[in-house]
Amino acid sequence: MRRMASGLRHRIELTLNGVRRAGECEPRMLLSDFLRQELGATGVHVGCEHGVCGACTVRINGVTQRSCLALAVGTEGQSVQTVEGLAGPEGALSDLQRAFRRHHALQCGFCTPGILLSASEFLERVPQPTERQVRELLSGHLCRCTGYTPIVAAILAVAAERVGRKGDA
Amino acid sequence: MKPSAFDYVRVDCADEAVEILAEQGDEARILAGGQSLMPMLNMRMAQPKVIVDISRAEDLAAARVDGAALAVRAAVTQATVERRARLADEVPMLAQALPHLGHFQTRNRGTVCGSIAHADPSAELPLCLAVLGGEVVLRSRARRRTLQAEAFFLGALATARDPTEIVEEVRFPLALAAERYGFVEIAMRHGDFAIVGLAVIVSAAAIRVGVSGVADRPWIVRWPRLTGDELDAALDRLAWDVGARDDQHASGEYRRHLVRTLGRRLIEELQ
Repeated sequence: MRRMASGLRHRIELTLNGVRRAGECEPRMLLSDFLRQELGATGVHVGCEHGVCGACTVRINGVTQRSCLALAVGTEGQSVQTVEGLAGPEGALSDLQRAFRRHHALQCGFCTPGILLSASEFLERVPQPTERQVRELLSGHLCRCTGYTPIVAAILAVAAERVGRKGDA
Repeated sequence: MKPSAFDYVRVDCADEAVEILAEQGDEARILAGGQSLMPMLNMRMAQPKVIVDISRAEDLAAARVDGAALAVRAAVTQATVERRARLADEVPMLAQALPHLGHFQTRNRGTVCGSIAHADPSAELPLCLAVLGGEVVLRSRARRRTLQAEAFFLGALATARDPTEIVEEVRFPLALAAERYGFVEIAMRHGDFAIVGLAVIVSAAAIRVGVSGVADRPWIVRWPRLTGDELDAALDRLAWDVGARDDQHASGEYRRHLVRTLGRRLIEELQ
């Protein structure tokens, strides 16, 4: 059993994008705020704070979730991935990020980190999705700039690329 | 949009959780996946003194076939159940309903028991459990009791759970060869709360219909096999009995229309 009293700041450790990190928080602090304010992962965007908009979506132990609907203390010892963890060493963009750029799948970029995290887990589970499946995945995210069509195109293009690459090997 | 202050306790087993509930009663709230509770905390519609996090309790982590039911323990996520290889054979109603439940990003964390305990009138899982005649296993420090779903749901966000109890497990009856199952819902967007949800079971002699999103809890009726005008008349009565009202999402008239037309379509498909 782990008890943490209200009103006090408690030290918690977790793994952020492969690096062991520690920070302090009250029990009521949302994971989204902890990642941004304590650990500096400001790629986690905060929109509606009740699970609807999807901007704060991250992966916890590999599983895509809303960080505004998780307590920081609840992720103690777990592994969190944010958009900062998608690019390779030296900041080389991932194939998914490159596809978003190529297809103009972002404009203001507010919703983009969450969508990238969702799509990264989704493509691991469903390597060859249909357009309908991609649109269902996007139902968990609000984008007010692009109209979604370029986002769908980018995700489908990456899926096709990855299948092609496997074929080459 | 930040929660008010609370003590946080992460328990390792159900025993520890019911111990805290015995001390704290309705000052404490159980946090499993948090996909209903966390929004309520953020909006301060709930301001508990203690949050009891059961998400890592090992004895609450499994879903398994137990006798004639799929028994889902309190910390099992909706995604875990949705991805069971044989779910469409075990509980076809759940296989049809789960994709409508929120988004995959929320099903990844939200639990089956949590949705049942939250008892939102438009939610899919309470409707499925009620129409299937499933059970809710409640546990306090002193005792364990099992309630029929229809006795568990008392109203909007209101259940027969005592503040000292946790919803330890819910039990969905396994499919019977003689029954056919159908689920449909209409929402503004995929994954939004249902304006109307319908769950239907058809057997050789009977039809069971459940409606969500209209009354303050899943509304269940049982009919003999009906067709044609008799079926239309029964659906029309149901559409009025369930008490549709106007709200910001849809008019009462539209909801009655949905009960009639979706009901007719679904039942005819299954007959």
